[in-house]
Amino acid sequence: MTTAIQATSINKWFGEGEARTHAVKDVNFEANFGEMVYVVGPSGSGKTTLLSMISGILRPDSGAVTIEGADIWSLAADALAEFRLRRIGFVFQDYHLFPRLTTAENVALPLILQHRDWDEALSEARRDLEVVGLENRARLPPVKLSGGEQQRVAIARAIISRPDIMIFDEPTASLDGDTGRTIVQFVREHLLSDKRCIVIVTHDSRIYEFADRILKMEDGRVTGVERSELDAQ
Amino acid sequence: MILELQSGILRIAYKLLVNDRTKFAALLVGITFAVFLMIEMTSLFAGILMRSSATVINIGASIWVMDPSVQTVANAIPLPNYVLDEVRSLPGVKYAVPLYSGSALLKLRDGSYQAANIVGLDDTSLIGSPQMVAGNIQDIFAENAFIAIEDSEFYKLESPHIGTEFELNDHRGKIVGLARVSSSSLFGVPTLYTTYYRALQYIPNTRFTISYILVEPKTPADVAAIKERVAADGYLALTKDEFMSKISRFYMYQTGIGTNMLLMTLISFIVGLSISGQTFYTFILENIDRFGALKAIGAKSRELVSMILFQATFVALTGYGFGVGLCALLIWLARAHLPDYAAMITFLNLGLAFVMVVIIAASSSYFGVRKVLLIEPFDIFRG
Repeated sequence: MTTAIQATSINKWFGEGEARTHAVKDVNFEANFGEMVYVVGPSGSGKTTLLSMISGILRPDSGAVTIEGADIWSLAADALAEFRLRRIGFVFQDYHLFPRLTTAENVALPLILQHRDWDEALSEARRDLEVVGLENRARLPPVKLSGGEQQRVAIARAIISRPDIMIFDEPTASLDGDTGRTIVQFVREHLLSDKRCIVIVTHDSRIYEFADRILKMEDGRVTGVERSELDAQ
Repeated sequence: MILELQSGILRIAYKLLVNDRTKFAALLVGITFAVFLMIEMTSLFAGILMRSSATVINIGASIWVMDPSVQTVANAIPLPNYVLDEVRSLPGVKYAVPLYSGSALLKLRDGSYQAANIVGLDDTSLIGSPQMVAGNIQDIFAENAFIAIEDSEFYKLESPHIGTEFELNDHRGKIVGLARVSSSSLFGVPTLYTTYYRALQYIPNTRFTISYILVEPKTPADVAAIKERVAADGYLALTKDEFMSKISRFYMYQTGIGTNMLLMTLISFIVGLSISGQTFYTFILENIDRFGALKAIGAKSRELVSMILFQATFVALTGYGFGVGLCALLIWLARAHLPDYAAMITFLNLGLAFVMVVIIAASSSYFGVRKVLLIEPFDIFRG
């Protein structure tokens, strides 16, 4: 398998003086194309910080992050933003959908940010809403949708740029157990491919079964753990 | 090109703004009323200033010679006759004529008294005569003849017609014509025109009798020399515009009118700024997480800034348009029902209100832009 993301000895500190904390400690991380990798661990273990650093959102204080061999943190701010826009699809824990836009417009946002034609972007958005089974919700505002449907809208928004890396932050945190499982199963079956790598931060053990590999984080350090070990816990 | 590239982003910004109907309405109402009040106040002031110079505007002479202590056209300080002769003898003067400008108490047909402005035009030239709408200007030379001005104060003379008579200091006066002028007077009194000598006969006078000397230069280049020579004699020669500015300065700085209007305009500005600024900032705050999410997805800071600036500009211009429209409508309605209503919208009023709206929009968007620039996409992940 080809390496999609590689982080080498990355560190992150927050705060100053006595309040200074070492959030991520000398972490090495690797995720391959065709792989669905989970990062799990208790709150405050540093998993969200790690996720932010490997996705080009938070600059590590030391260490390197490469995506397909390219050092993303050597890019200028605008180039990095453009990189995220075209190569990485984000699904946020709280979805962060604009309530004043229609579902289709929310999904089309990444293409609009790429200066694509409005009608073309909306047409693609409707197509991706079909992929996530929400084709009949295109004209509704997100607030009219259920939590699971909003999650699917966020997924449609994440895939519309056809990114080769997808980042999910606690995708099941706001959903009931069955809906959460259905969503992750859908992601596994429909979105994972040989040309795409999916990284999910979660502490929901009910969806562990869908992971290829699970990394456990504790106190800012990563412990490589096999899925079976966690299943047994 | 940039606008074309940004059109999708601006369209998103537009939808975010107008689809939040409550806030959009609050923003529009805030700016509309601020603009309305600012234009209304400054228009009233402009109207007052224009009316304060009504005689100068209506007579229309190029140069006015007066005593240097004159501050408003209504408070003329009579000039001795020899000044007229001196001015006439100046090189560069095409002609110079006397003007009488004063006030008198008329006794109307029903026995009531009414104050009136009396303008006495030079008997030989009738320089500064108004535009006749009934009768003939030559009739001003008839016995006891006066011409009534059909302005907003006309009705106070019991809406006279040709042949209507009145009394002025026990003299009989007779309306021989009706005329129109560009501007009504500031103090709400009607105006009558007659000849200079009849005005002197009818109205008690001091030793000197000429209110102003109206001068026409041979060429515009002669104006400076005429002013200089008149000043050398201890008098003041001002062009029409200079005289109007002098009057305006008096009302602006030496009466409370200017200060009060300025205060009201400032209050309107502050109210508009407060309402719009606060509402717009709340609007940004409510969407700040989503702006952060956009940043995480890959929006550049300048794109988010352009969204906010577009929203602020759109609200400001729409509110400005509504404010101007509302003000124009109200002034039109007020004029239809209140003949004395002095408000007048000028390009300066519109420009001033526009500048203030731009400041409101810039201030409102400044804090929003700052907030959006400071939000870190990492904060979105951290929740």
